[in-house]
Amino acid sequence: MSINAAIVGYGVYLPVYRIKDVEIAKVWGRDVRRVPIKEKTVPGPDEDSLTMAFEASLNALRRAKIPPIEIEAVFVGSESPPYAVKPSATVIAEALGATPKLYAVDMEFACRAGTTAMGIVIGMVSSGIIKYGLAIGTDTAQGRPGDELDYTAAAGAAAYIFSNPGKDTIATVEGTYSYVTDTPDFWRREGETFPRHTFRFTGEPAYFTHIIGAAKGLMEKMGLKPSDFNHVVFHQPNVKFPLRVAKMLGFTMEQIKYGLLTGEIGNTYAAASPIGLANILDHAKPGERVLIVSFGSGSGSDAISFIVQDGIESRRHLAPYVEYYIKRKKYVNYSTYAKFRNLLKMR
Amino acid sequence: MAYTKSVPRIWRERIRKYRLLGGVCNDCGKVFYPSRRFCPRCGSGNVNKVTLPRTGKILYFTVIRNAPTEFKSFEPYILALIELDNGARILAQLTDIDLEEVYEGMPVEAVFRKYKEQGRDGVIEYGIKFRPRE
Amino acid sequence: MEKVFIVGIGATKVREHWNLSLRDLMVKSAIKAINNAGINKQDIKAIYIGNMSSGYLQGQEHLGALLATWLGIAGVSACKVEAACGSGGAAFHQAFLAVASGLYDCVMALGVEKMTDAITSDVTSALIMADDQEYVAFTGASFVALNALIYRAYIKEYGVKQEDIALFAVHDHKYAVNNPYAQYRREIKIEDVMNSPLIADPIHLLECAPIGDGSAAIILCNERFLEKKVSDQEGVIEVLSSVLATDIISLHDRDTYITLNATRVASSKAYKMARIEPKDVNVVEVHDAFTILGVISLEDLGFAERGSGWEIVREGEIEIGGKIPTNTMGGLKARGHPVGATGIYQIFDIVTQLRGEAGKNQVDNAEIGLAQNVGGVGGTVIINILKRVR
Ligand SMILES: [Zn+2]
Repeated sequence: MSINAAIVGYGVYLPVYRIKDVEIAKVWGRDVRRVPIKEKTVPGPDEDSLTMAFEASLNALRRAKIPPIEIEAVFVGSESPPYAVKPSATVIAEALGATPKLYAVDMEFACRAGTTAMGIVIGMVSSGIIKYGLAIGTDTAQGRPGDELDYTAAAGAAAYIFSNPGKDTIATVEGTYSYVTDTPDFWRREGETFPRHTFRFTGEPAYFTHIIGAAKGLMEKMGLKPSDFNHVVFHQPNVKFPLRVAKMLGFTMEQIKYGLLTGEIGNTYAAASPIGLANILDHAKPGERVLIVSFGSGSGSDAISFIVQDGIESRRHLAPYVEYYIKRKKYVNYSTYAKFRNLLKMR
Repeated sequence: MAYTKSVPRIWRERIRKYRLLGGVCNDCGKVFYPSRRFCPRCGSGNVNKVTLPRTGKILYFTVIRNAPTEFKSFEPYILALIELDNGARILAQLTDIDLEEVYEGMPVEAVFRKYKEQGRDGVIEYGIKFRPRE
Repeated sequence: MEKVFIVGIGATKVREHWNLSLRDLMVKSAIKAINNAGINKQDIKAIYIGNMSSGYLQGQEHLGALLATWLGIAGVSACKVEAACGSGGAAFHQAFLAVASGLYDCVMALGVEKMTDAITSDVTSALIMADDQEYVAFTGASFVALNALIYRAYIKEYGVKQEDIALFAVHDHKYAVNNPYAQYRREIKIEDVMNSPLIADPIHLLECAPIGDGSAAIILCNERFLEKKVSDQEGVIEVLSSVLATDIISLHDRDTYITLNATRVASSKAYKMARIEPKDVNVVEVHDAFTILGVISLEDLGFAERGSGWEIVREGEIEIGGKIPTNTMGGLKARGHPVGATGIYQIFDIVTQLRGEAGKNQVDNAEIGLAQNVGGVGGTVIINILKRVR
């Protein structure tokens, strides 16, 4: 059976607060010239991955122009759900007004969960099980204070509504590819507040191997080469990795420029490559081909290729652009950041 | 305290709290939040449910510096009486805002946020807050 | 309808009563009122207890049976009456109805609140229960905050300076100095008020009635009981009218915030029932839980034009010797505001004036007095009008 699915709505959300890496570096005595990114988003004290997912979904619905009740699946990918047990998808669906005739699930699949949610919804739409499905990547990532991740772990959400291709379609799904091995470069045990990672092990055997595996796998399967794509977005834990992997695969700076946002917003984990894709859609022209390759530690990579359709022109202005959220910001210092992130011991 | 730790009562109100479900009186025209059986102004039972607009403006506001116990960790925060675009009025917290930014007449938009937690191991209570609108 | 008289009053001081429990406070004020009336406790046929938060702040409900037990008159009709900060006034209203109906010849209205056992933020949680828990308390609103919104609306509507409204607190403190029952027997200056910390902008700490413990009790009876049991008593007070009115409980559902509609409804009915006009009133107790509420109440009761309540405060018209002496024993701000007991303390203070027992604070020839007790942000208002008959 062939793929018969398209993006009919998309939306993102970024919290308003930012902290500069220089501010973090000052607190931990690090050389302020040697920080991984410029600044990162910080969720407000009343935000979590669930509330951000709701806002992104509302934006996706605005572009899809469908009543929420038409949504038949809500799949939420996140590694930072507010509860260990009690789903976010149900709350988001209830708040949107998509209940009760609904398929829904919360998916923990490291930073890859957003695109994996997309892949499953693409499958359900293509098979005819559902007409409209919502796939969300959302995270309020936690880094151990002072750790490398403290400089990049950010918050954001992206939501995509898929349906069968039609006349107002934003982008059709051309092909998908998934690449999985057990490569544990990063994890968080049950009950632990912060994740642990294996430093340089995250590079070659983890990030690069899986992204390249998925990207090459998809291109081979589809008979495509890097120059066939107008835009590409890779998972982006920092700025360095996606730039290097682009080069290794043979993509140019021009192709990667809209999809690479980590330097401005940080690593939004499950939302990272989906937010990059949204920024591409904010700028793309009908007929352009787009490649997204995610990566999740210990979970591998998804590669999905899209062809942008005419519908993009009439729909992208129906909700705020990624750029709007990037520019909309309030800086906080490290103490406020610590307060917002519950890093102060209150009891 | 027992009343704050009830899950069913949060569950029961979830639709009205999550979706800004209000009412409109077909007799006197009042639009109100939340929805209910009788119009608070004229008492008419001739009312319809209506999903209220997510944008409006601040009528009056105050800064809460001595909060009830459940809200202690959020001090100080702004509470506002908001008039939505269709005239309905709602009491809600403001968020994403500094104390010195707020003013009467400020345009605001609804956002879905956390209001409180029933303790560290209890359920989280979500609802509508408002943030400044550009 | 039978005529209703007040023949006994009793109260504890309003303060932090570390040594007295909720029941101790009730028993103390009850005994004082019974002795003041010169009757036996067995003469009392029914007790109405005004209280707001015993359940939440003391873990104690069923106050009727509790008091009956500890007063040693189990068997008597007794129960709690609750209308938030208007609980005391509402209890008095029920006591009035019980005698007026002819059912009982002698009853007691008692108010009590024990607040200081709890930490302040728990008291804040308790007080917001006066409004809608699901759609007002849920937002993190405090009771002060709701009154702050009224304050803002008033300032915006009439362009008044805050100092002119805050003056109400200074007024109250001046009279509390001479009231042995008052919680704060010291004068304050307007600078003190304006420099005190903000609680909910624009309301300063010294614009708020304080947290305190207290209990007050009133003995009411009909004419037959009066002649038979207390025929020799001087300073007998008649209850000319007692009216309770409600309003929409939450501000956001109302069409206006700068007037308490329930005060207007209840007071106009009460004036009519008493066959008097506002100008006939010699002494008033208004429910100034916050300065702004004092100012608005003067307007709603008909003592000042809309938007000019603050002017009659500034012009000295609410002083003793002024046109309408108000809160002459310190009001909620300085006498104290043990929430559910306040309505009874107000009656206690009016009776003290009408009997000519107010000492340095005495209003000359005070004959008619009015007490206004407010529950929530005006969701309930009780107006009681009293007159000295001998
Ligand atoms: Zn109506």
